[in-house]
Amino acid sequence: MARYDRAITVFSPDGHLFQVEYALEAVRRGNAAVGVRGTDTVVLGVEKKSAPKLQDSRSVRKIVSLDDHIALACAGLKADARILINKARIECQSHKLTVEDPVTVEYITRYIAGLQQKYTQSGGVRPFGLSTLIIGFDPYNEKPALYQTDPSGTFSAWKANATGRNSNSTREFLEKNYKETSGQETVKLAIRALLEVVESGGKTIEIAVMTKEGLRQLEEAEIDALVAEIEAEKAAAEAAKKAPSKDAS
Amino acid sequence: MKLDTSGLNSMVPLYGAEEDSEESILSVPSSFQLPRTTDFDGFQKKAVQMVKPAKGTTTLAFIFKEGVIVSADSRASMGGYISSQSVKKIIEINPYMLGTMAGGAADCQFWHRNLGIKCRLHELANKRRISVTGASKLLANILYSYRGMGLSIGTMIAGWDETGPGLYYVDAEGGRLKGKRFSVGSGSPYAYGVLDSGYRYDMTIEEAAELARRAIYHATFRDGASGGVASVYYVGPDGWKKLSGDDVGDLHYLYYPVTASPVDQEMSEIPVS
Repeated sequence: MARYDRAITVFSPDGHLFQVEYALEAVRRGNAAVGVRGTDTVVLGVEKKSAPKLQDSRSVRKIVSLDDHIALACAGLKADARILINKARIECQSHKLTVEDPVTVEYITRYIAGLQQKYTQSGGVRPFGLSTLIIGFDPYNEKPALYQTDPSGTFSAWKANATGRNSNSTREFLEKNYKETSGQETVKLAIRALLEVVESGGKTIEIAVMTKEGLRQLEEAEIDALVAEIEAEKAAAEAAKKAPSKDAS
Repeated sequence: MKLDTSGLNSMVPLYGAEEDSEESILSVPSSFQLPRTTDFDGFQKKAVQMVKPAKGTTTLAFIFKEGVIVSADSRASMGGYISSQSVKKIIEINPYMLGTMAGGAADCQFWHRNLGIKCRLHELANKRRISVTGASKLLANILYSYRGMGLSIGTMIAGWDETGPGLYYVDAEGGRLKGKRFSVGSGSPYAYGVLDSGYRYDMTIEEAAELARRAIYHATFRDGASGGVASVYYVGPDGWKKLSGDDVGDLHYLYYPVTASPVDQEMSEIPVS
């Protein structure tokens, strides 16, 4: 198969685009990211690798805003992400200029996915090595939205999804535990999902919450407090499981 | 500004292009011969005036409580010659948006049709209708890129979208104005007189239509370049609907019926003695 993974525009005999699949592998090595949609809130959570002591952690923001009402998190090659994010930000403003309306979440997702696809069908370039999770509220309606794109250029809407490291187990957890939530409950669900694969603590998780008012990045202290709540709830649930069996006997 | 030829392109993407390449298929020449004259600006003005057909027409549109009324005459003139009395000056861009025609008929028809295509593509791509704001902006941007090249268009885009009734004036100089009342064309001063004095926000649809009809009639009465049939359209939440198309000659006798006037001094036979 070695001959079929040189040029990106070449299919293999069994219908694979190997460069795209290798890009997906790069995504699988990236940091874990999770997105959860509620009825009035949508949340992004990203794993933060422990920062070297001398690094200014404020310059490493993993969840970025594309416009006042759209935010993005990604897993994979961060340098590629910067290029995509810049192009998407320009497109958000360009759309406002040409139709005097902010973009819908679906529109900007389609644009980013379209860019990612273009790089799988051009000469001399390689695909972007990242999958994105895009959250936001459409203008004029109060419904939150969550979308995911991947290096092949496909995109779809999700109620909750995970990408990056251990995304399969995170997604399984979400499938088992997802229910329609609102406000703080949505945030806690996102943190619980992320805690499946990340060691707990405000130092290792970054959370951003989008409501129709806008985006809010949670402080370390807030995240620590929520994590503590979740741990307490888990302990209570454990105790409750043991207690009935005691009463029964 | 580079010509916006997106309305004329086929939908085939360029091979291997990730950025827009510097040389496009239709590149504007970077230099051209200047005419041999001392007064270049005056020459340019005269040249533009020569190709620019006068906007001999009356069109008007206004927003009121129930929606938008759009109305126009139907005369086409070439100087002093009336070339047609039955021109359709209200163009149906799509079932919920109308455009009016003033200036060059071909320019207006082509670019309105082109705008209709773009609106439909927007609908298909984004699964929702384009707003009147967006549609008027698309048209204004295209017209701006052809600025100075002799397009003659003075149009109003009227429609109903998510935010309610919308009315914009767009012209070939690249201007775009949002407003509640507009009249465009050589007969517009006369139409404005009637429209502005009779306008109230809370009229019924029939009252508003009658106001528009009267305004067009009065414009056709005084302006030689306007005449023919006064059409009135209404745009509401369910789209546009043609309300009436009356010959302005008939309207004249409707508004000012001929009554036998008593003669001051009768002519009587003087008896010849």
